[in-house]
Amino acid sequence: MTLAALLVIRRGAPGAERWDRFEVAFEPGQSVLDGLRRIRVEQDPSLAFRYSCINANACKECVMRVDGKTVYACIARLEPREMRLEPLPNKAWLRDLATEIAPPDERIDAVAPPRD
Amino acid sequence: MTTRECVRLATDVLVIGSGAAGMSAAIAADEADASVLLVDRSLIGRGGATVMAQMTVAVALGEEVPDDWRYHLADTIAAGRGLCDERLARILCENGPDAIRRLDQWRVGWARHADGRIRQAHAPGHDRPRCVYVDFLSTGPAVSSTLRGQVQRHVRIRRIGDLCVTDLVICDGTAAGAVGFSVSDGRPVAIEAKTVIVACGGLTRLYRRNSASANMGGDGYALALRAGAELVDMEFVQFFPIGHLAPRLIGMDPIMWDPFRYKLGGRLLNSELREFTDDYGVPEAGSYRVTRDLATYAILKEVEAGRGSPAGGVYLSFRHVPADRLREAFGPVIDRLAKNGIDLTRTDVEVAPIAHYHMGGIRVAPSLETRIANLFAAGEAIGGANGANRLSGNAITEALVFGRIAGEAAAGRAKRIGGSPWRDADAAAALELPASDGATSALNPAALIAELQALMASDVGPFRTEAGLQRALVQITRATASLGVAPPPSLGRFDTTRLDWFDLRNMLLVAHVVTQAALARTESRGAHQREDFPAMEDDWAVNQIVGLEHGRPVLTRVPVAALASEAAQ
Repeated sequence: MTLAALLVIRRGAPGAERWDRFEVAFEPGQSVLDGLRRIRVEQDPSLAFRYSCINANACKECVMRVDGKTVYACIARLEPREMRLEPLPNKAWLRDLATEIAPPDERIDAVAPPRD
Repeated sequence: MTTRECVRLATDVLVIGSGAAGMSAAIAADEADASVLLVDRSLIGRGGATVMAQMTVAVALGEEVPDDWRYHLADTIAAGRGLCDERLARILCENGPDAIRRLDQWRVGWARHADGRIRQAHAPGHDRPRCVYVDFLSTGPAVSSTLRGQVQRHVRIRRIGDLCVTDLVICDGTAAGAVGFSVSDGRPVAIEAKTVIVACGGLTRLYRRNSASANMGGDGYALALRAGAELVDMEFVQFFPIGHLAPRLIGMDPIMWDPFRYKLGGRLLNSELREFTDDYGVPEAGSYRVTRDLATYAILKEVEAGRGSPAGGVYLSFRHVPADRLREAFGPVIDRLAKNGIDLTRTDVEVAPIAHYHMGGIRVAPSLETRIANLFAAGEAIGGANGANRLSGNAITEALVFGRIAGEAAAGRAKRIGGSPWRDADAAAALELPASDGATSALNPAALIAELQALMASDVGPFRTEAGLQRALVQITRATASLGVAPPPSLGRFDTTRLDWFDLRNMLLVAHVVTQAALARTESRGAHQREDFPAMEDDWAVNQIVGLEHGRPVLTRVPVAALASEAAQ
């Protein structure tokens, strides 16, 4: 029998949010980020989350909330059960699990504020 | 189609990419009093390859034993199998010590002996101990964070992360800036610049198993090629022989094993638990200094002969090393391994070659300028210095050295010219892509990227055949057609489908060029191994360069650039 993780993910953007459920097969030892990347390839390419280094916990971009705790998705273990994934609550929400984590002076808004 | 309002920016020097090369270029250009805009498609100083470089940095400091850049150059040229642009290789080796000392002054934390000398390890392919490091797999993160701190101290440098550059803008045959879009809010961006430095790294993301960040999809090569610059040596993709394969290991760089292999003599074993590199004429004699291309060859041939490990690689074993020596060498890494259920005194790990670095890249003169005036490039984005095979430890050194030189050159040029030749009319076509929406489609670019990675791994990996390369070209051409000419409609903020579409556009062009160059080179040399042409041929001691003609990549051969004889002495 193939084991699966059920990822319940807070999706959308401010003003239009929803929860989506994705079932992903996994092998023991995989990370939550492995599961998310697999969802993008196999089910929904629009699922947004940040990552750069994939596996090394070097870029520190994949920070999010898993079951209410702030973790790096690349080192949080995927488990064969329901896991709830949310964007960071204390950062501006961009889309799905992606939040604005760049230092304020490294954002495009710092040089070109949005009009709306 | 709808068209959105565009963010407009202007600068003297535009630096694309914020790894070690881009940050070094930005610092140097700022110190030369040019205005600098440093952009990255990810966060500033966190993506790319530098932060992942847990390894060593080659430099002739002579802290362990007497050394000279000429010896480092001789090793670099020998590793390059006759294809190094010796002028670029010389610049790398001669300027390496200054670059490494500068980082030392900036307190990067090079590992030291008790008497204060910087430690230098003896890595494969070097004639003596030459490779500095920050201990316990921290070299890359330490280099990145040190440079990030220096970039911040150079307060005039403007930094914008989450900015994906989609095309360079060329006016009257001269670089004039770039266009792209802001990933965080989807707005199109136009950047007018007097000079442009492409420093966004290599192409390892083209391969399923790789050691770099997700943003290393060859975008710098594609940007330069579409802008009219040439690429060189694109057939030479370096595979790192002992990338981690199994058991699943998280929180670690897949190339982590190498320094421990040299420190402790980790043994490579086949399924019969027998050391095998000697069988391929590569006697290690306990030195574990076999070069990367030869180790890759030996491992893949063992797997092919049915003597591989269960996950499709070979074993790396430290079981002969006492636990206290393991602890001393690995330090806190032992605990991270334990969290992954790995106890090296009891279990072997499985390793296999993974895409690690690209020797080829943008063709530049020793000034780091391309054939397009005012367009410069630096770091892994350039080709030539490392020929057909890069010497271990040269990647960070070249990023620092070439970044600095490109930054100085681009700033000097920017100060001499009146303004950017930018004209909106010339930028309009390039700006249309990020500023407009194509038709909605069911295309899944993330799945197409995964397919391309599998294709490149199977047919354009370290061992190639005409049949495999032809098959790859057909598939790449088909995928390019399915991509279409316009990106999917923008969702605005952090639109990953659209980002993947732009990435795939670059990846397919670069994959095409790599495959085409590999098909043309009917010999085996360094990182390019043709099973149907196994010998290295004297006639092929030439570089292949690629330029676009009427939108199609065209290959030509040029003689290798050598040093004048007096300079090599």
